[in-house]
Amino acid sequence: MSARVVTVTSGKGGVGKTTLTANIASALASMGKKVVAIDADIGLRNLDVVMGLENRIVYDLVDIVEGRCRLRQAMIRDKRQPNLHLIPAAQTRDKMAVSPSDMILVCDQLRDEMDYIIIDSPAGIERGFRNAIAPADQVLVVTNPEISAIRDADRIIGLIEAEEKGPGRLIINRIKPEMVARGNMLSVEDILDVLAVSLIGVIPEDESILISTNQGLPVAMNGANGSIASQAFQNVALRLDGKEVPFLDLTPQTGLLNRFRSWIDGR
Amino acid sequence: MSWISRLLGNKENSSDVAKRRLQMVLVHDRSDVSPGLIAQIKDDIIEVIARRLAIDPEHVVVNLSQTARESRLVAEIPLLANQRQH
Repeated sequence: MSARVVTVTSGKGGVGKTTLTANIASALASMGKKVVAIDADIGLRNLDVVMGLENRIVYDLVDIVEGRCRLRQAMIRDKRQPNLHLIPAAQTRDKMAVSPSDMILVCDQLRDEMDYIIIDSPAGIERGFRNAIAPADQVLVVTNPEISAIRDADRIIGLIEAEEKGPGRLIINRIKPEMVARGNMLSVEDILDVLAVSLIGVIPEDESILISTNQGLPVAMNGANGSIASQAFQNVALRLDGKEVPFLDLTPQTGLLNRFRSWIDGR
Repeated sequence: MSWISRLLGNKENSSDVAKRRLQMVLVHDRSDVSPGLIAQIKDDIIEVIARRLAIDPEHVVVNLSQTARESRLVAEIPLLANQRQH
């Protein structure tokens, strides 16, 4: 068994990297894969709270790198999903506490016992980003349907290729089908026209994501549990695992007002 | 843009505006050539060509264009009908 290392990154902050990391890791675990999620955002740790494991942290990634603990001691096993694990970031240090070669070393030690290592990259294109992509076999680039996030995604796609970690694959997060239908939001097709990259997932804006994050319970934890977002996360995990899964139909709900509006708009 | 907006003479959709602006900005980002530099190059081109040919400097267009991952500089320089006077 040799794990695949998948890094989730974006350039721009606040597009949903951490939520995606937690949910993709959880979805893979629900498929029976052995998964470890690593928070590479040293100093701004958050994957622990999104996964609901913040109360169980004793050691962190920097403790491993600096030899204060063994790898196993810093790896938290999720009791709700026993094949899901987390290695948290240090909160009181900065990105320079870890180097790209440290990250490669940590991942190499995990490869034999895991199926997937999912790394949550910090925003930006500096050291933290370099650390996060150094061990990657596959890079997932997250964007939102807005100009600033797409521009940053384009830059990241170029950097990934320059580091020979490409081609990256794109996740479009927080799309609102009603706004797309009214011509007030870039569509998936618009974004793919502009970025030279292949798509691996489209996640619609969905209140259930925030509700479950509030509770420290990734929506994807129990497989596809009915919400459209959890289905979308599950599909990303399946595609990552090499399955052919059609993209969800995200045409707007057929309320009378919406139907009338889209008839008027001719879309 | 939908037919009804066009019928009513409305402005284009905000998503169309976004896409156009994004395409422009990415062309410059990818080639690492700023819009200001293009403007300078345009002035230089006008100066050099005008030494030998009568041109219409008002309608010179210099743009970066992009296909897949290759960028090129495209210049359109309209010549005046009567070149002799120059």
